Amino acid sequence: MGTQSSRTGGRVSGIEISNVTKAYGATPVLDGVSLSIADNEFVAFLGPSGCGKTTLLRLIAGLEEVDGGEIHINGRRVDQLAPGARGVAMVFQNYALYPHMTVADNLAFGLKNVGIAKAEIDTRIAEAARILEIGEYLGRKPGELSGGQKQRVAIGRAIVKNPDLFLFDEPLSNLDAALRMRTRLELAQLRRRLKATMILVTHDQVEAMTLADRIVVMKDRKIQQVGTPMEIYIRPANVFVAGFVGSPPMNILKVDVDVSGAVVMARLAGGVFKTGVGSAGLPVSAHWRIGLRPETVKVGASGDGLAATVEFVERLGERTLVYTKLADGTPVTAEDAGTSRVKMGDPVGLKIDAGSAHLFDGEGVGYHAPESGE
Amino acid sequence: MSRALSQKGSWTNALFVAPYLFVYLCLLIYPLIAGMGLSLFKADLFGGGSFVGFENFARLFRDEVFLQSVANTFYFVALTVPPLTVLPLLLALLLNRTTRVAAFFRGVFFSSSVLSVTIVTLVWRMILMSEGGLASNITALFGADAIAFLSDPKIVMISMAIITVWWCLGLPMMLYLSALQQVPKDIYEAAELDNASWWRTLWSITLPSVSRTIILVAIFECVLQFQLFGQPQLITQGGPNGASRPIVLFIFEIGFRRWDVGYAAAASQILFAIILIATLVQYFVTRKRGVQ
Repeated sequence: MGTQSSRTGGRVSGIEISNVTKAYGATPVLDGVSLSIADNEFVAFLGPSGCGKTTLLRLIAGLEEVDGGEIHINGRRVDQLAPGARGVAMVFQNYALYPHMTVADNLAFGLKNVGIAKAEIDTRIAEAARILEIGEYLGRKPGELSGGQKQRVAIGRAIVKNPDLFLFDEPLSNLDAALRMRTRLELAQLRRRLKATMILVTHDQVEAMTLADRIVVMKDRKIQQVGTPMEIYIRPANVFVAGFVGSPPMNILKVDVDVSGAVVMARLAGGVFKTGVGSAGLPVSAHWRIGLRPETVKVGASGDGLAATVEFVERLGERTLVYTKLADGTPVTAEDAGTSRVKMGDPVGLKIDAGSAHLFDGEGVGYHAPESGE
Repeated sequence: MSRALSQKGSWTNALFVAPYLFVYLCLLIYPLIAGMGLSLFKADLFGGGSFVGFENFARLFRDEVFLQSVANTFYFVALTVPPLTVLPLLLALLLNRTTRVAAFFRGVFFSSSVLSVTIVTLVWRMILMSEGGLASNITALFGADAIAFLSDPKIVMISMAIITVWWCLGLPMMLYLSALQQVPKDIYEAAELDNASWWRTLWSITLPSVSRTIILVAIFECVLQFQLFGQPQLITQGGPNGASRPIVLFIFEIGFRRWDVGYAAAASQILFAIILIATLVQYFVTRKRGVQ
């Protein structure tokens, strides 16, 4: 599942996090977390508030001390080092620019502290200013900049350090929607240009999906799944990941399963659906749930498919989301064309493409149809 | 409708500030102007008096007692304002943490501020008295002669300064603490990641972040210490030989012992001008230096 850190010329590169634990007093926040990040990889830590993603980032940065476990960056153990000695640069959620210094001084501060020559500092600042297009603000103070400009300066302060690892702590969460989208795009371009290892902490799945090579989904102090964005989306490891990634969230419905055939047959609200999940190797479980992405549930005429009643309609333009209820009251989100004419209260039939459905056992572990070619 | 309301509201709004304005005019602006007027008269406490123009001011500049009190006051301000600006900042830097020990010492250092000047002078008189005082007992332990803290003209103002610094330390410390606590934590974290040493963080992050409070404390203490009165009045009555007589004590003696209120009012105007100029100079000097 995880890409292993690579060995280049005898030097281990990448980030290796092994069995890291952390508690604040009696409250545990990270519970034996292990993770490998390859050189030049962009990884997103994704999860709800309180899942431990920010704490993990701060442990890597050195702003918190690990209680147990080790962190290695490019083969060097760093978990006992001071933050400044780890070769990492961080972009803070609230930018954390020094308010009384000009933009240029903000960028230069870290470089001066390690005794880099003035000419070299000037070159690096000029280069960062060129990349981020902040040249005209170099003489201003952070208070005179807009949110987006501050964000660029914060990124610039990280770039000039030429770090082994960039850490982004929810960097887009303080920007308005339009600016967030633009900055997201710029981050992606920046990443291609810089060729550095980057870790992004976010609770926004769109950010994680669009920016990261791999996503680390976290919940309850643990890593739930590590995979490429599409792996996470298509083959969620468990019912939490299935529900958390994807908007609107996956429908998760109780089903009875029949494993007598080659593939699992799911019985749901009077209908029987042939899933793509193989019966072989499926554990015995009393409680099964089926996971259906809204785009695999289409709205048809009443009497055609599972009988349901429309509760609410969301017209998004290119498609329409239809929130329905089955006869037994189970809510199901379905998708229809942008030109859909269904309205609240309409009886409809739901046509389910069960071939791409997911099954979850009583423990929440996910089972999926084999990928094509598998 | 809104136009009619806003026009009508324009004068009725003044009613909200009227009570304050009334008290401010009656108790501050009127006495200030009346005092200025009074300084041009030869008058006593029984009322009346004759207009003498600037004669009172001319007399003041010839009055050696007054000139000595002005010099004493400047000396006292120079002795107290720098330590009262710097020491509380050092204390605040030390005590700006969440431990119980820090909370205890914050209380200890602030507690002196709640005492009245009578208590403070009583306590310090017992410490500094030449005979039987704590300080003289300590020097006696080492076989040395007692230091004449209160009776040596060269030392008496220094004693007043020590008492005042001890007494006034608490409030500026609290001002600094509240300023320090408003510095966002992530700026310090950014500085840690930027390899800033403890000293560099103090110099480049902490001090600029509390620079406004430093200016505020310096100006506030300056205004306060120019008005020194209670300590010398209660301990030395301005002695020995007027060596501890500040301007306010001079005004008090002239106005309320010799009843020469016109002359005392003129001295008050000079004190007012000194404080005003000192404050403005501080304000503009610090502003020019780009402190924000």
